[in-house]
Amino acid sequence: MEIKKKKKDIPITSRVPHGIWVLISIALFLIVWKLISMSEAGGVVFASPQEIVMAAAKYIKKGILWGHTSASLYRVLVGFTIGFVAAVPIAFLMGWYKTFRLLVEPWIQFIRNIPPIAYIPLVIVAAGVGERAKITVIFIASFLTMVITIYQGVLNVDEMLIKAGRVLGANDRVMFFRIVVPASTPFIITAVRLGLSSSMTTLVAAEMTGASQGLGTMIQTSSQYFEMDAVLLGIVIIGIIGMILQNLVKLLEKKITGWQEKRIV
Amino acid sequence: MSDNTAPVKVSIKNLVKKFNTRNGEIIALNGVSLDIRENEFISVVGPSGCGKSTILNIVSGLLEPTSGGVTCNGEPIVGTGPERGVVFQQYALFPWLTVRKNIEFGLKLQKKSKEEIKTITNKYLKAVDLEDFADAYPKELSGGMKQRVAIARAYAVNPEILLMDEPFGALDAQTRTQLQTELLHTWENEKKTCMFITHDIDEAIILGQRVVIMSARPGRIKEIVEIDIPHPRDQRTKMSKKYLDIKNYIWSQVYEEYLAVRK
Repeated sequence: MEIKKKKKDIPITSRVPHGIWVLISIALFLIVWKLISMSEAGGVVFASPQEIVMAAAKYIKKGILWGHTSASLYRVLVGFTIGFVAAVPIAFLMGWYKTFRLLVEPWIQFIRNIPPIAYIPLVIVAAGVGERAKITVIFIASFLTMVITIYQGVLNVDEMLIKAGRVLGANDRVMFFRIVVPASTPFIITAVRLGLSSSMTTLVAAEMTGASQGLGTMIQTSSQYFEMDAVLLGIVIIGIIGMILQNLVKLLEKKITGWQEKRIV
Repeated sequence: MSDNTAPVKVSIKNLVKKFNTRNGEIIALNGVSLDIRENEFISVVGPSGCGKSTILNIVSGLLEPTSGGVTCNGEPIVGTGPERGVVFQQYALFPWLTVRKNIEFGLKLQKKSKEEIKTITNKYLKAVDLEDFADAYPKELSGGMKQRVAIARAYAVNPEILLMDEPFGALDAQTRTQLQTELLHTWENEKKTCMFITHDIDEAIILGQRVVIMSARPGRIKEIVEIDIPHPRDQRTKMSKKYLDIKNYIWSQVYEEYLAVRK
């Protein structure tokens, strides 16, 4: 007997396509925002959505919005990339060699909980106020997040897979590159996601080291002139860049770690 | 029935294994000696905690004995080696590799040519009836299918001895019987020296030419029973008078040890 699913049995979350949910979510967000901007207390700091759009148009017309955005994006991507390139080998060394782990882990745990703003003065003295200082701050923040995540992944590689490799005749090199590395990729992807996230959150702090351009700079200078529409515009753009980056990582994840067993919600 | 004239493949001599735990020293094995002959299928049964898996882990090279030793073809074993294949209860497939690539893993390490790898892999994909799933990932397979892949992977590298540690322990009763029959046929078609650890007496008898009964901790060999039932066997063999007599006997011996554990 064929059992036909009644329309009612399919939950609304799967009946309506994902894209529509995104649109509804954005619409709701705009409504809440509009309401806050209309309220007495919120209206002082929150410009309404239209005002932001107008601010964006103004900045684009002046030709400075792209300059701010690209300067920030450049810092985030360069800082993050150096952080990633450094984090991968160090994390694997920590996960694989106990001596190295025992020596290095306390340092990382120590620095990790210090907010970047605290060490910015040091970075400025050491690296000057140029591009190098900003990239250094972002590098430190993203590196620490990623090193911890990847190294936990290496430690968590299923002991059974190591045993299976050994009885099939894998030597240390094969064990590392053909078993430990692929088994850790889900953690590497998570590390990339967290690393990008901490790069973005550190951006404004990094640009406090003094910059002529950048979204963080734009936010700070605008707030000095009480141009709340420009402050919000900067915040919105940072948020959008963050979302785009996270979605790119999601695509990458589907491609690389599709073999993973996952709970479907 | 095992062939008493066949040469000894693996010789286990006076194995002792002690573990240090928080509650003091535990003697897992206390002088275990056993000769496994070429192409013999030997099953090991015993109450849980009797050290049967410990023997297998030592023979595979994953664990070092406290004293005593193991030789394979007369040579003392050093660490793990592809001449001693292992099938684990937890399958231990590489989840990022397809079924085909899992089976190829050990072959690639043996530096075989591409054509050779392909021929051998296809042969064992067919043997375990998973040709249609060659490009599937482990997550897409049922437990029984996963264990078939693990058996094919172990068989493919052509080990001198195949060590199986409760390979069907995690499967439901029906799948379990099916895989027993398949393993029986595989072994009857392509004889291989096998050591099979299980707590299931039926499984031990239907597969084994000899059944080793272990005593409760500290683990020693209590008795070795010759299974005098000719091959080919199948699930109907389990109905025969001879089978039931042997089963009764082994069961009573294992039960004695089980009671010893309870005390």
